[in-house]
Amino acid sequence: MSKPFTPKVVTANALLEGDVVYLTADDQWSRNLSDAEVIEDAAHGDLRLLDGSSQPDVVVGVYLIDVALEDGIPQPTHFREEFRTRGPSNYNHGKQSELV
Amino acid sequence: MYQYNDFDRDFLAERNAQFRAQVERRIDGSLTEDEFKPLRLMNGLYLQLHAYMLRVAIPYGTLNGGQMDVLADIADKWDKGYGHFTTRQNIQYNWPKLKDVPDMLDVLGEVGMHAIQTSGNTIRNVTADHFAGAAKDEVADPRPTAELLRQWSTDHPEFQFLPRKFKLAVTGSANDRAVIKAHDIGIRLLTRDGAEGYQIIVGGGLGRTPMIGKVLREFLPKADLLPYCEAIVSVYNLLGRRDNKYKARIKITVHENGIETIRDLVEERFALLKPQFGGVDQKMLKDIEAQFALPEFKTGSVAVFKDAYHSDPVFRSWADTNLTAHKNDDYSIVSISIKKHGATPGDATSAQMREMAAIAREFAHNELRISHEQNVILPHVHKSHLPAIHARLKAVDLATANIGKISDIIACPGMDYCALATARSIPVAQQIATRFDELKLEHEIGDLKIKISGCINACGHHHVGHIGILGLDRAGVENYQITLGGDHTETAAVGERAGPGFAYDEIVPAIERLVGAYLENREDENERFIDAYRRLGLAPFKAALYPEVKADAA
Repeated sequence: MSKPFTPKVVTANALLEGDVVYLTADDQWSRNLSDAEVIEDAAHGDLRLLDGSSQPDVVVGVYLIDVALEDGIPQPTHFREEFRTRGPSNYNHGKQSELV
Repeated sequence: MYQYNDFDRDFLAERNAQFRAQVERRIDGSLTEDEFKPLRLMNGLYLQLHAYMLRVAIPYGTLNGGQMDVLADIADKWDKGYGHFTTRQNIQYNWPKLKDVPDMLDVLGEVGMHAIQTSGNTIRNVTADHFAGAAKDEVADPRPTAELLRQWSTDHPEFQFLPRKFKLAVTGSANDRAVIKAHDIGIRLLTRDGAEGYQIIVGGGLGRTPMIGKVLREFLPKADLLPYCEAIVSVYNLLGRRDNKYKARIKITVHENGIETIRDLVEERFALLKPQFGGVDQKMLKDIEAQFALPEFKTGSVAVFKDAYHSDPVFRSWADTNLTAHKNDDYSIVSISIKKHGATPGDATSAQMREMAAIAREFAHNELRISHEQNVILPHVHKSHLPAIHARLKAVDLATANIGKISDIIACPGMDYCALATARSIPVAQQIATRFDELKLEHEIGDLKIKISGCINACGHHHVGHIGILGLDRAGVENYQITLGGDHTETAAVGERAGPGFAYDEIVPAIERLVGAYLENREDENERFIDAYRRLGLAPFKAALYPEVKADAA
C-alpha cells in the first residue's frame, strides 16, 4: 500500500515584494497560510501547482508544502515552512509583526 | 581611497540603466523568471526566504563616512532600518522591493559603490586584510592590488560565465587576516631581494568539500599579477567541471588534476597573455597606489588616552580587547564590535552606521573598514581620541569589549533569512554570547573563534573556527555538528568533526561543556583554546561533549 497522502498547500514568493504567499481556492495569493486551499489528493496537487505556476507575472518559485490540519487550519509540518509563515526569529519583523 | 574617474562613473551609470530596463521588462512580463534570474544575480539581487536580498560590495572592505551614510540612508528608505555585514566584506539588505532596487543602485553609484558580481558564477568582490594600510606587521598595503583586480574582473567579458563562483583575497602581511588560504586565489604581497611581488595560492575554499589552498607560485613579480591571474582563471574556465555543481569550484579542478598540471597549464597560458598587457595595467596600478597614500598623521600628546586607561576600567577593558597596534606608535586600529551580547552578528542599524560615519569623519581620517569577521574598523585613530570615541560608541551600543573572544562569533544569516539554509545560525550565536556574558567567563576564556554556518556552503566559515558549528536538517529537525581545531590564519587548517550532532536546545550547553573542558585542561591562561586543542587532541573535548558515552563505556 502506498503512503497516505499528506495534505498540501501551494506556496511561492510574490514577484514585486518577495513576500511569502499561498494559493487560495479562488486562485488568489494570500500572505496568510490560513487562507490557503488545502489540497487533499495528489492529482489535485499537481493541477494546482500548474495553476500557481501559470502566474509568472505575480509570483516566483512555486512549490507544494506539507501541512497538518489543526482545527481545520493548515499548519506547516517542516520548520523551514514554519519560519516562512512568520519571518526571521532575531527581530519582531516580517509577517509576525505585519499580519497581526 | 580610490576615487571613481569618468570611466568608472559612466560604466556604472550605463550598467544601472541596463538593469533598470531588465527589472521593468521582468515586471511587465516580457522577461520570464528563468531569463531574469541570471541578470538579477549578476547585479547582486537574490530572492531569499521572506523577501528579496540585495548584496552590495564593499571592495576590500574599505569605505568612507559618506559611503557609510548612504548605506544607512538606503536601510531607512528601502529596507527596515538596518543592514547586515557579511564575511566577504559586503552589506546585505534583507527587505528590498523589486521595483526599488534600480533606485537603490543609482544612489550607491553616486558614491562609487555597486552590487555588480556579488553573486553569480563570476569573480566576486575582492576582499583584503581589514587592517590594510594601518597594520604594524604589514609589508605593503594590499588595497591598490585589490582595486586593480576589481577593475580587471568587473565585467571581464571572458569571465562572466565561469563554471562556478570565484573569490579572490589579498593580504599584505604574513599574519593572514584575510583567510587567503580559503579562497579560489589567495594573494600575499611580499618582497624578495628588494623586489616587490606576490605569493599566489590557489584552490582553497570551504563549503561542502573544504580545502586549504596550495602555493601555485612562491614569488610572482609585481608586474605579472594581472596576466598571471587571467591565466589562472582562463585555465579554470576551460578545465573546471560544468557537469556537477558540487565539483565545479577550482579547488576540485586543482584536486582532480593536481597542482603540477595546473601550474604547467597556467604558465603556458601566462606566456601567451603576458605580452598582451603591455604595461598599461602597471600604469593604472601606479595611479591607484597614489590614491591610497596614507593620511597625514596627527602628532600630539596621547596623555588623555593614558589617563583614561588608568582611571576607567570599562575603557581599559575595551582598549585591551578592541585595539590593535598601528604602524604609527601614536595611533591605534580600533575594532568596533558589531556583536553586542545577544545581538545579531554583523547587523548594524542605520543610526549606528551614521554614528560610525560621524566618528570616522571627526576622529579617524574619514576611513572605515568592514572585516570578514563582521565587525567595523577605524583603521587610523590618534590615541588621544580613543576615550571620546569609546564614549560615543557606548551611547549607540557599539562599545562591547569582545573582539576575538567567545562572543565575537561569525554567523551566516542561516534559516532566519537564507533560502539555502538547513538550520538557523543567528539564534545560536545570540544564545552563546548571552550565556557566556551571564557566566562572566568571556575574558577568562580569552581568544576563541566560534564560527557558525546554517548549511554546508559554509558562509559562516565553520570549518576554520577553533570551534565550528554547522546547522543541518536531520529528518526535519535542526541539528548542529561541532568541528574543532580549525584555523583561519596563515596556519590555516580545517577543523575535525567531534562526533554526532546536537539538537537546537542542546547546542549551547554542549559549547559550555566544551569550554569547561578547555578551562580545566589548559596549562595556564596564556594557552589559548586552539593551542590546548593542538596539544591535547580531541579526546578530552569529546569526553566533555558526550559524557553519556563515557558513562556507558565505564
